Amino acid sequence: MKKLVLPGLLISSLALTAVYAAEEPNADAYREMTYGDRDANPALLVVDRGEELFKEKRGPKNVSMEECDFGLGKGVVKGVYAELPRYFKDTDQVQDLESRMITCMTTVQGFDAAELKKKTYANEKANEDNTDLEAIAVYIAAQSDGMKINPSLAHPKEQEAIKVGEALFYHRTGPLDFSCASCHGADKQRIRLQNLGNFSKAGPDAQKAIGGWPTYRVSHAAVRTMQHRIWDCEGQMRLPDTEYGAPLSVALIAYLTAQAKDGTYVLPGMSR
Amino acid sequence: MKKTLLASLALAALAGVAWAADDDKAIQALVDQYIATGYQQGEKQQLERLKQDETLKACSEHRNKPPADLMKAIMEREKATIKYPADNKMMGNWEKGKEVFNTGFGMRVGVIAPDKADKPRGGNCYACHAADPKEVAAGNLGNSLTGYGKMRGNSEETIKYTYEKIFNSQTYMACSNMPRFGHNGVLTPEQVADLVAFLVDPASPVNK
Ligand code: HEC
Ligand code: HEC
Repeated sequence: MKKLVLPGLLISSLALTAVYAAEEPNADAYREMTYGDRDANPALLVVDRGEELFKEKRGPKNVSMEECDFGLGKGVVKGVYAELPRYFKDTDQVQDLESRMITCMTTVQGFDAAELKKKTYANEKANEDNTDLEAIAVYIAAQSDGMKINPSLAHPKEQEAIKVGEALFYHRTGPLDFSCASCHGADKQRIRLQNLGNFSKAGPDAQKAIGGWPTYRVSHAAVRTMQHRIWDCEGQMRLPDTEYGAPLSVALIAYLTAQAKDGTYVLPGMSR
Repeated sequence: MKKTLLASLALAALAGVAWAADDDKAIQALVDQYIATGYQQGEKQQLERLKQDETLKACSEHRNKPPADLMKAIMEREKATIKYPADNKMMGNWEKGKEVFNTGFGMRVGVIAPDKADKPRGGNCYACHAADPKEVAAGNLGNSLTGYGKMRGNSEETIKYTYEKIFNSQTYMACSNMPRFGHNGVLTPEQVADLVAFLVDPASPVNK
């Protein structure tokens, strides 16, 4: 009996190896297969919760986020994400969606910034639901679904943020000597079986990545935003935790978004 | 008339060059400022990790393609700092090396539970290299190391080269994408020697 089973196991594991070896090992095919149905994206529930939070009167000043300006005027959410990051006169800063949310929630709703940033991301290891910040971010972003990636590039500070972001992209530090370019600086690279986009050049890789975030990450069972992605990759570089919405992460996002210009937002995204 | 025109043209050209250099400096100043404010503060965060040494500074500035003289200077400087195992035995035990090759990095800081200090760290080499042909989940940022010893033998030179390469990848290639595992204290000299054995020992699965 034992003798019979063993060769069978051996053969099937050999066959598996052969299948893997025949093509470049790759997780993309699996991804396309699994994540095809957009109406089944669990992120849609989080979008709904984000909409409620957005419209609800909240904070010490008891006003809704409809009183905020995300770049296209007070109360406008449709299409704002497609043009972020951008320069805002009131803060004299280039801001991405999430740093702008903090500005809105502090100045308009009266929340305390330090308090807001205490818990930015749900902990997937503790099976937590998305935080309010994550839910609001994916709601706002989803209102740019189907639009062109079209970050504002006219203001000198917007140009500057992109240049600083590019320099940061190549900035090597930490115990592993990594920069973003170590993993995202060439075509068709993989860490183990994870495909790594090449963001050192403008075009499809950056468009696909930026265009699909915020995304429902199946491996986290949660929606993740671009601030979270940067924090996550900085962690892979074994660097300290990034500060939510700080100019460092905003500049990196400004650079990546400029590389992704003219792609299309497909939101909310769904990925591994 | 002509003279003044020429002089002012020359001045303008000079100013242009100076402006471009100033521009680079201004960007670099912002990079430094954003790094200083871009991470959560506190002892647990080990902010000293954000400090670049001369080599990483040069590699960042030149986007990993420094001019030839600088490349040479980097490789010489890096080579001079290599530490060897106590008994100078640069080839250890391949079975231990197999473990180090496969194990994930360690070295995490911050809100994700930092690694226990006494837990041996790994090199997570499969992130970038194929080696044991049975491991299919191998990355491709580095070249395949399958059959490494079969192709290069296990002469003293090969052993020494491999040890030095893993201890400090930049001794043989300035601004290599590969971490300087020994130099940065991620792996011990003994662990590096075990990795050498995993790559060159004829008994290792890498060479089967
Ligand atoms: C050690 C390797 C490594 C480094 C260094 C690194 N990343 Fe990543 N990055 C990854 C991996 C792995 C993924 C996830 C790929 C997947 O899930 O398929 C990823 C994903 C991403 C994505 C999302 C791509 C997508 O299509 O969904 C972005 C954007 C990104 N990284 C940006 C950065 C930036 C900016 C930096 C530097 C601050 C950086 N990365 C540094 C390994 C790295
Ligand atoms: C982030 C990617 C990365 C990681 C992780 C990495 N390497 Fe490398 N490695 C490279 C690259 C890229 C090269 C080729 C360029 C060079 O020679 O520096 C290389 C080259 C080498 C070479 C020289 C190969 C030759 O043909 O001469 C050896 C040996 C090696 N790596 C071993 C290791 C070992 C052992 C580990 C783990 C402790 C490791 N590498 C981890 C990227 C990596």
